[in-house]
Amino acid sequence: MLKIRNLDASIGDTQILRGLSLNVNAGEVHAIMGPNGSGKSTLAQVIAGHDDYVVTGGSITFKGEDLVPLAPEARAREGIFLGFQYPVEIPGVNNAYLLKAAVNAKRKHQGLGEIDAFEFLKLAREKMTMLDMDPKFLHRGVNQGFSGGEKKRNEILQMAMLEPELAILDETDSGLDIDALKAVAGGINALRDPARAIILVTHYQRLLDYVEPDHIHVLSEGRIVRSGDKSLAHELEDKGYEWLQDIASAG
Amino acid sequence: MSVETENLEQLVNRRYAHGFVTDIASEGLPPGLNEDVVRAISALKQEPEFLLEWRLRAYRQWLEMTEPEWAHVHYPRIDYNSISYYSAPKSDKDRPQSLEEVDPKLLETYDKLGIPLHERARLAGVAVDAVFDSVSVATTFKKKLSEAGVIFSSFSDAVREHPALVKKYLGSVVPQRDNYFAALNSAVFSDGSFVYIPKGVRCPMELSTYFRINAANTGQFERTLIIADEGSHVSYLEGCTAPMRDENQLHAAVVELVALDDAEIKYSTVQNWYPGDENGVGGIYNFVTKRGDCRGTNSKICWTQVETGSAITWKYPSCILRGDNSVGEFYSVAVANNYQQADTGTKMIHIGRNTSSTIVSKGISAGHAQNAYRGLVRVMPQASSARNHTQCDSLLIGKDCGAHTFPYMEIRNPSARIEHEATTSKISADQMFYCRQRGISEEDAVNMIVNGFCKEVFNELPMEFAVEAQALLNVSLEGAVG
Repeated sequence: MLKIRNLDASIGDTQILRGLSLNVNAGEVHAIMGPNGSGKSTLAQVIAGHDDYVVTGGSITFKGEDLVPLAPEARAREGIFLGFQYPVEIPGVNNAYLLKAAVNAKRKHQGLGEIDAFEFLKLAREKMTMLDMDPKFLHRGVNQGFSGGEKKRNEILQMAMLEPELAILDETDSGLDIDALKAVAGGINALRDPARAIILVTHYQRLLDYVEPDHIHVLSEGRIVRSGDKSLAHELEDKGYEWLQDIASAG
Repeated sequence: MSVETENLEQLVNRRYAHGFVTDIASEGLPPGLNEDVVRAISALKQEPEFLLEWRLRAYRQWLEMTEPEWAHVHYPRIDYNSISYYSAPKSDKDRPQSLEEVDPKLLETYDKLGIPLHERARLAGVAVDAVFDSVSVATTFKKKLSEAGVIFSSFSDAVREHPALVKKYLGSVVPQRDNYFAALNSAVFSDGSFVYIPKGVRCPMELSTYFRINAANTGQFERTLIIADEGSHVSYLEGCTAPMRDENQLHAAVVELVALDDAEIKYSTVQNWYPGDENGVGGIYNFVTKRGDCRGTNSKICWTQVETGSAITWKYPSCILRGDNSVGEFYSVAVANNYQQADTGTKMIHIGRNTSSTIVSKGISAGHAQNAYRGLVRVMPQASSARNHTQCDSLLIGKDCGAHTFPYMEIRNPSARIEHEATTSKISADQMFYCRQRGISEEDAVNMIVNGFCKEVFNELPMEFAVEAQALLNVSLEGAVG
């Protein structure tokens, strides 16, 4: 589904990704781990198409199509979802309004009509119950005055409503207490599907105790230095990232 | 016709060549402003003596005044002698005969605003007999109002039919010499609206200029007077979201509101005069004086405005809180795009005891536009326990525009409680990326963020107006990003 080959990407004059390659198939859950500054979040932003990052080499294809020339909204409509590490506040814009606009933008792209208001509300309430979210959140400003945990649940709610083919969740576990972490993990697990791929970007293995990945990749200095199954996470937890950096510089 | 006006006509006829009056009735006055022109306007409208005298006093005062220069707007000097102060109504044969003759670009905008088909013809100035529906609607409307005892008519009709009311209240809120443009308006005003709500009456419907009979061609110097008698209530809608074009560049309107004991007036405006093209050429200069007088105890006046049009806007709808416990409110969205300039805000003058005022101003600047908020809160020594809350937010789109805030406060009573909040924000790249990552286009994302920014003001608009205002904002900011 997602094929990344020898990807180089920069922000300003600083190169961050250096020849990164990654293959993600439908139905798989991948975890991208690595120390701060290794390029994890950059990878997420580059796949989603953030303007600040420039792809200077290599390729990204999604369902066989070259992703690099596509605008962020076009990638989203094709089925790529990014759960943000720091979801932004949009004062005065109703959460339900944004959600509905997003759902309809995708439906329009698929040649479907707009979602019926009643159907939309029913669906949103269902998903919110699953995430243990108060329905009142639908009618508040987007992320306005939300706690850290509420913002992350809101991201998962959007993902659940949009049903993307590829979901990239950037540090979704950061800043969550244990109850919120369980709710968020439950939401992610409920969306595991043979037709869907999920990439979890995380610094700690904590989330991986609740959402079990099929593959784990460790990033260091802009490329993947080690890949393995879920046991890699525990190895990392024991030995720390420094162990990998030694491998990287040796390799 | 009264003897008085007959004499006037004779006077006018003597000063001009014989038959001139009929000529101007069909052709309009030649450019220029002097006492004869003021007399001619009054004669053409068959006004009573008191009104002619009133106009002449205003004219003489105007001559001694100088054009204000303090506003944060720039424009070439206006030559007041190059303006015609009375233009004749367009005859039907000069108008487009059907929508097919109307500029397609204008029709496209109507489409975006969702204006119903039958209204488009009227808005585009299609000949009257080609416009269906509106006459019968207006007739039903008038009947309902007269049953409630509400007077809602053109200003000229009110002068003829209710001269005592006009004489009592005209200029009682905005005196002739209040400011340069108000003085000019007082001398040469063409027409406008008059509303009187009798004691204890709640006006059965929202009054809109749209339904006013004989509304055609009120011209560039409009005059509106609204009186809400004791315990009455009225909501008045002015303007229209459809783009308004006019050959007259200078517009100087005056609006006066009077609220007596326990009365409430809600005045909502959507202003969308031609702003000039994207290079700043053409466009209306809109210099307006709007003021409400909360004359009675427990009275309330609420101004809500959405300003998107005009090349230059100079406008400060204000409240004089004279009655004890009176309430003044001002909610404003002012959008300036391309080369538009807006200097707008409000004045809240606290005179009575326990008076309170609320100001919520949202300024949006895009392109090369300059948008200024100018507000005055004055608490007089006798106004004990006055309260004011001011919230003044600016939103910038792009890097070549500007937002300016000029709050003035004059507090002369120590018991006053005054709060002022101001913010300036940009639509952030993060907000844009967030929306786009959810599949929403750049343009829709801007509209969504801007509408969210304006929400508190839109909430104050009557429902139908609010929906139109939102659509209007989207059209006004088209192409502002990208």
